[in-house]
Amino acid sequence: MPEKVTLHINGVPVQMPTGSVVSAALLKAAVPARLSVSGEPRSAICGMGICFECCATVNGIPHRRTCQLICSDGMVVETER
Amino acid sequence: MRNYDVLIVGAGIVGCACARELAHAGLRVGIVEGNISSAGATAAGMGHLVVMDDSPAQLQLTRYGRALWQQLLPELPGAVEYETRGTLWIAADEQEMAEVHAKKTTYSAAGVRADILDGVQVAAEEPNLRQGLAGGLLVPDDAVIYPPAASEFLLQQAMSHGATLLQGNAAVSAAGGNLHLADGTALHGDRIVLATGADCALLPALPIKKRKGHLLITDRYPGFLHHQLVELGYLKSAHKLEADSVAFNIQPRKTGQLLIGSSRQYGDENPQSDSRILTQMLERAQSYMPALAQLSGLRVWTGFRAATPDKLPLIGPASGLSDDSSLWLAAGFEGLGITNALAAARLRSDQLLARTSEIDAAPYLPQRITKQAALHA
Repeated sequence: MPEKVTLHINGVPVQMPTGSVVSAALLKAAVPARLSVSGEPRSAICGMGICFECCATVNGIPHRRTCQLICSDGMVVETER
Repeated sequence: MRNYDVLIVGAGIVGCACARELAHAGLRVGIVEGNISSAGATAAGMGHLVVMDDSPAQLQLTRYGRALWQQLLPELPGAVEYETRGTLWIAADEQEMAEVHAKKTTYSAAGVRADILDGVQVAAEEPNLRQGLAGGLLVPDDAVIYPPAASEFLLQQAMSHGATLLQGNAAVSAAGGNLHLADGTALHGDRIVLATGADCALLPALPIKKRKGHLLITDRYPGFLHHQLVELGYLKSAHKLEADSVAFNIQPRKTGQLLIGSSRQYGDENPQSDSRILTQMLERAQSYMPALAQLSGLRVWTGFRAATPDKLPLIGPASGLSDDSSLWLAAGFEGLGITNALAAARLRSDQLLARTSEIDAAPYLPQRITKQAALHA
């Protein structure tokens, strides 16, 4: 297994160690996952699938909990901006 | 004993709207709410401000009600989330397209703007609808609000004009202008207005039945839906008097969330959701919008519409239902309590203050019910 995978966050390539979760990639890239109803930027809090603060669109599917998804090569992540 | 010109029982949107009108007119108004304000049918419904043409009287009232909301718009706080989304009535086939033309004629005669769309235009307006629909009728001035926020705004306005909210103790009896609360408090009002929705405890003769409905709200999907969509079969569903029914009815919220309805059930007073009818309701919605199957729902809830035998509300003195001349009614709005709240309040205050109303209030007077019953007997 290669040691690194590359995914795209809002079009920008981000390299992560194999086995990392997507919310870690968002934190590494310093990109908030989502915006609250009033427009505040939000990122992973619990990291275990409970708080829903790390939701983003992954490979076209909205509201995915990124802390529960493993990064893969070519994965496309879009956040609310 | 505290004295009021008018005591209003029930701080839902209808009671709050009545309180606002009467307090504005300078009357001493008390609002009695045993529970939490704006938390019954007001909180359960969609908040669709819609002109309905199922009867001439309903058309007149909903048109007036919508116009009063439009007039109030500049004063409404942002939390009310008023959005002029328009209603798009969906015709599945040519038979329903004939209904679209009839509906357009009715609306035009009443001065309600409406545009006939063909199948291609409907698909362009709402790309997530299924292919091959016959067309529809777009009523562009219909709107969407968040009813609990609107109701609280009306309540605050009433209170800023001197109305008093008496909260936490339910009214247990209303007779001869005397209202007794559960804790023994006695209040007096020259008039007592029952704005108690589907709760008939204070006047068991009220011809109101609970009609249960379900709604589902989704996560946020901005741009998925643009108008409130209602299948034309909705009127058939709304008019089935006894049988359970579902109809496709979906609303975009300002947050990008979608409210999906609707169901109608008599005889089920259990507030729990009913998975059988909920499944039917969602299958119906998916048959019109297949992509809904890919979205996540967050929450399902139920509510109870206050349904009268002739689908029109009871607005005015309770004569015919009660010998007590102090008792007045503002109840029985079924699915149109939000649309009609301001209209009902205006008619109520016109009656109380002996003003001339802008529309004919006779079709909504409670005494019609006894007359109809006598006629049928």
